[in-house]
Amino acid sequence: MTAFANAAKLPERPAIRPVVSCRGVAKVFSNGTLALQNVDLDIKHHQFVSLLGPSGCGKSTLLRLIAGLGEPSAGEIDWPADREGDAHALSFVFQEPTLMPWASAIKNVMLPLKIARMSADEARGRAADALRLVGLSAFENSYPRELSGGMKMRVSIARAMVTRPQVLLMDEPFAALDEITRFKLNNDLLRLWQDSNFTVVFVTHSVFESVFLSERIVVMAARPGRIIEDIEVAAPYPRDNEYRTSPLYNEHCRSASAALESAMAHHAHHG
Amino acid sequence: MTTTPLAQVAEQDGTAPVFLREKTILGLPASAWPKILMPLAVGLLSLGAWEMVVRINQIPHYILPGPILIATTMWQDWGTLSGSLWITLSISLAALAVAVVAGVALAILFAQSKWVELSFFPYAVILQVTPVVAIAPLIIIWVDNVQLSLLICAWIVAFFPILSNTTLGLNSADHNLLNLFQLYRASRFQTLLYLRLPAATPYFLAGLKISGGLSLIGAVVAEFVAGTGGSASGLAYRILESGYQLRIPRMFAALFMISISGIVIFLCLSFLSHLVLRRWHESALKREN
Repeated sequence: MTAFANAAKLPERPAIRPVVSCRGVAKVFSNGTLALQNVDLDIKHHQFVSLLGPSGCGKSTLLRLIAGLGEPSAGEIDWPADREGDAHALSFVFQEPTLMPWASAIKNVMLPLKIARMSADEARGRAADALRLVGLSAFENSYPRELSGGMKMRVSIARAMVTRPQVLLMDEPFAALDEITRFKLNNDLLRLWQDSNFTVVFVTHSVFESVFLSERIVVMAARPGRIIEDIEVAAPYPRDNEYRTSPLYNEHCRSASAALESAMAHHAHHG
Repeated sequence: MTTTPLAQVAEQDGTAPVFLREKTILGLPASAWPKILMPLAVGLLSLGAWEMVVRINQIPHYILPGPILIATTMWQDWGTLSGSLWITLSISLAALAVAVVAGVALAILFAQSKWVELSFFPYAVILQVTPVVAIAPLIIIWVDNVQLSLLICAWIVAFFPILSNTTLGLNSADHNLLNLFQLYRASRFQTLLYLRLPAATPYFLAGLKISGGLSLIGAVVAEFVAGTGGSASGLAYRILESGYQLRIPRMFAALFMISISGIVIFLCLSFLSHLVLRRWHESALKREN
């Protein structure tokens, strides 16, 4: 694998050890499929990293392994900056909103705190803050079925943010949404990320989404799932709709597309 | 873009949801009235036709009494019949209560481990498929207390739907939500309390509705088997007794009371189910399209 040169891009970022570090990670499913092979990946503090690749390239599998859902078949995933194993270090946003249908929006957001045995009053206050952050204060007592797809995803993001995570893992969170809602949530997510101090690992199959959001794109290929390229997106934040239509954005999209195409070509040769 | 983007987001989405209230007539929503009035009309028409047939053909009351005679008999014998109704109902409800506690407790136990479920579930099935009429005599012989033996019979019938539905429900929790609970390192107990039990609620309530009727049937069947030998004198005993004495109107009155009890139990449980599920479960919601 290539060395990762973009660790100290933002001047205020402390040059510390990676937040999470994967070494020679492989995953074999019980049916014998080699989902991941020899994955080396270091993710630095407050980085916004996208895992980009065609379906079946193991990007979701990698994200789940990082989340601790399942054990790698080989290699190891290390959290050098967090040896204590704080339960609040991680949050996960699934492709579906994954809300409890029997609970109101605020009860859903309170869940991680309730599991951590925080007092109900304190949890309620923090959940209300998190809902305000995603612009859903007026919907605290609405049930998931009363909310639109985009709003459900906002609740899901609020639930992920409520524990003030160090690392936010997102598995194609906006793939099922319409384009207008997706753009809006992309903008909101970037603002949240810039205003706070957490790291984002974002799985997507959209070149445009990954170039818009991330400072670094890890391109993966399928069969077996592996990393084939690591691209830096050198565009300054804050990024907004202006960036979305700029020549710079286009240029990055072109190089990311080329990388993805070569990933597909790899796949064709091996498959 | 403004300098306070998040506040702006809040502004865009910030209109509170508005719930429109449906028009009500005498405290019930207008759309609920046909559901009450239509079956009532059908019932009254059928009773009228029945009375006509009995009167026109001059059918003797020991073959088929008319509804009016049945109603007057019920009025005259209310003292005896209401006592019997109370006995049958209390056995049914006690059996249902025990079925709920035992069924849910066992389902929770089954949900803890696949092995426990695999080992014990077949025996629960055996309990279910053995006709209660066939084992009621044994139970009545083994258990000295007649009330208690009737309760056991009713419980055997009522117990299985709750067990099997709740077991299914506990295993039907959304897999992503299970992953989420694992991610936040929820304990087994927390996962059960906050995820599995709420997810199982609609299944449990469906089982409860079935078991409500079955507990009544179980109590009545067991009383029939216990027959006149029993000191308990529930509605089934009244039916047997009226049969021997050829007091057919009273037999019908008792039968009518059993049916009404079953309907009332079903309605109560349906209402309970509606109360619990109305905000979130598909079954309790109106389709809007």
